[in-house]
Amino acid sequence: MSLDVAGFWAFAIVLTGSALAVVLGKNLFHSVLFLALALTGTAGIFLLLEAEFIAGVQILLYTGGVVTVVVFAIVVTERLVGEKLSHTSRNLFGGAVAATAFAFGVITWLSRTPLPAGSAAMHGDVTRAIGTAVLTRYVLPFELVGVLLLVALLAASYFARPEE
Amino acid sequence: MGLQAYLILAAVVFSIGLFGVITRRNTVGILLGIELMLNAVNINLVAFSRFNADVSGMVLTVFAICITVAEVSIGLALVILLFRTRRTALADHIDWLKG
Repeated sequence: MSLDVAGFWAFAIVLTGSALAVVLGKNLFHSVLFLALALTGTAGIFLLLEAEFIAGVQILLYTGGVVTVVVFAIVVTERLVGEKLSHTSRNLFGGAVAATAFAFGVITWLSRTPLPAGSAAMHGDVTRAIGTAVLTRYVLPFELVGVLLLVALLAASYFARPEE
Repeated sequence: MGLQAYLILAAVVFSIGLFGVITRRNTVGILLGIELMLNAVNINLVAFSRFNADVSGMVLTVFAICITVAEVSIGLALVILLFRTRRTALADHIDWLKG
């Protein structure tokens, strides 16, 4: 078994295991920590796919940013109410049927669709290629994402403003 | 590993996220499920990008991550607002528009 295959299985097991812990756990705070583990596992998958820049962005923005924000939100809301948030589930059977049916459908479709077997080699520096693409071909979406982030920042601070 | 292995992994993670969105009653729990689904889509994008030696998928992934961060910040601000006004975080209790 080559290092590539072993790494894939290791990251895949970490990713699916912690994802299951996110949706099945009883404690909301533990769910968030397992989400951080799942996002880190995804960063490992990105490393296997030779996308080092995306892996870095994933760790910085998702594991560092999103998880911190969610933890803050849980702490703030629990302090507001003064009791632990209930973190129960319902429709377990229906959810399991729907999710299994979806996974089964997609995997069946994937096994029937011809996919390229080998991998075309990425030549050159991938990070440099991403930077060039962002500032040439995708410059308009890039600017729009900047505007979107500004709007989100303003809207989030407006929603969460202190009560008058 | 071939492209198919990554796509199957992404499909499994997406289904787990879908299960979370369907079954969780807490709005923060639903948000966590949505995070997992978006993450699975990012795996797909990067895998296709890598196996086609085309950098566009990775650029799209960077945009998707930025948009997800915006979505999470707005979603959590709404959750905090809901807590202030309704003292609840359960999605079932958000029924202001019900006649």
